[in-house]
Amino acid sequence: MSYLRDVGTLARKDLLLELRARDTVPAMLLFVVATLVVFHFALPSENSDLAAYGLLWVALVFTALLGLVRSFSAERDQGLLDGLVLAPCDRSAIWLSKALAMLGFLVLAEIVALPAFAIFFRGIGWETVAGVALADIGICAVGTLLAAMAAASRARELLLPLLFLPLAIPIVVGGVGAGVVDDPGRYLGLLAVYDAIFAIICWASFEYVVTE
Amino acid sequence: MIRARGLSRRFGQKRVLERLDLDLEDNGFLVVTGANGSGKTTLLRLCAGLLAPTGGDLRVETDRGRIGFLAHEPLVYRELTALENLDLYGRLYRIPERRERTGMLLERFGLWNVRNERAGSFSRGMLQRLALCRTLLHEPDLLLLDEPFNALDAEGTDLLAHQLEELRGERTFLVATHDPGRLEALASARLGLA
Repeated sequence: MSYLRDVGTLARKDLLLELRARDTVPAMLLFVVATLVVFHFALPSENSDLAAYGLLWVALVFTALLGLVRSFSAERDQGLLDGLVLAPCDRSAIWLSKALAMLGFLVLAEIVALPAFAIFFRGIGWETVAGVALADIGICAVGTLLAAMAAASRARELLLPLLFLPLAIPIVVGGVGAGVVDDPGRYLGLLAVYDAIFAIICWASFEYVVTE
Repeated sequence: MIRARGLSRRFGQKRVLERLDLDLEDNGFLVVTGANGSGKTTLLRLCAGLLAPTGGDLRVETDRGRIGFLAHEPLVYRELTALENLDLYGRLYRIPERRERTGMLLERFGLWNVRNERAGSFSRGMLQRLALCRTLLHEPDLLLLDEPFNALDAEGTDLLAHQLEELRGERTFLVATHDPGRLEALASARLGLA
C-alpha cells in the first residue's frame, strides 16, 4: 500500500507540474496535429491502409518521444533526482509515477490525434484503439526508463531517440498490424507480451539507472 | 556513524578524493574544509549514497531515509509552492504529523508568510531556507550539509546557527564549508581536504 501511495504522490506532483508549466502536453498536441496535416498533404489521395496506418504510428511514436524528452527536465535542470533518490521509498516508484504521468499526457494527445486521423485519412476501428492503448503502456514503460538514462547525459536530446526508436520497432509492428489485418489478435498479443516483458525489466532496472 | 578507509573517487582520469581515512562518531560534528575542487561535495555525496566510491571502503551506519542532505541546489520544485514542496517530501519520508512539522519549520525559517508562493519566485536566500526546511523535515540522524550558510542573510545565518547549536550532540553532522570560523565552536572534529 505504501508503494502505491508513493507512486500516487509522485504522479500527482508530475501532473501538477505540467498543469502549472504547460510545457509538454500543448507541444505534444500541436506536434501530432501538425504531423497529421503534413502527412495528409504529402500522401497521394489513393493511399493504402498500410501507408496511412504507418504514418499514424510514426506520428504517435514521435509525439511520445517529444514528451519523453521533457519527462525528467525538472529533475535534471534542478538536480532534483538526488532528492527523490534519497527518499526512503522504493526507487521504482519514481519510474512508475513518471510512466503513469507520461501515459496521461500521451492519452490526451491521442484523444486529439485519433479523430484527426479519422478526418484526414480514414475511420479507425476498435482494433486500432486497442493497439494504441496497449502500445501506450510499452512506450511509456520503456521510454521513461530510457529518458532517465538519457537525462544523465549532456547529449540527452540525441541519445533518447537513438535508444528509444530501435526498441519501439515491435510496438510499431504490432500497432500497424493490429489496424490492418482481419485477425488482429496476434498483433495485440504481441503488444501485450511486449508490455509485460518490458514493464518488468524497466521496473526492476530503474534503481540501477538512477544510482551508481 | 561514518567510517572510511582508503576512500577514493575518480571522475574519468581526474582524482577527486584519494585514499581518505575518516571516522565520525555518533552525534559528532565534523567540519570539512578545502579549496574549490578539493572533494568536499564529492565526500558528502559519497556519504549520502549518491555516488559510489571508486576505491576503498565506506560505511555509513544509518538508513538512507535517516539522512538529511543539503546540496548546492535546493532540491525543490520551482513550480510548486513552499508548502507543496515540503508536503511532497513529507509524504515520501512518511512523516506522521507532516503538516504540523512543515508549518513549524516554515515558521522557524521565516517562510510561513510565503508558504503558498511558488519556489521559483524565491530569492536564492529564501530557497536556501526552504532547502534547510526540507533537510530537517524528517528529523534525520545524519545531516550532510554542503555550504549551509550559502546565500543566507544575517537573520537566516543566525537562525541556522541557532538550529545547529540546538541539534548539536543529538545528531551527527558532516558540514562542508569555506567559512570554518562560523562553526568553530560547534565542531568536534575537522578535516581539511587538499
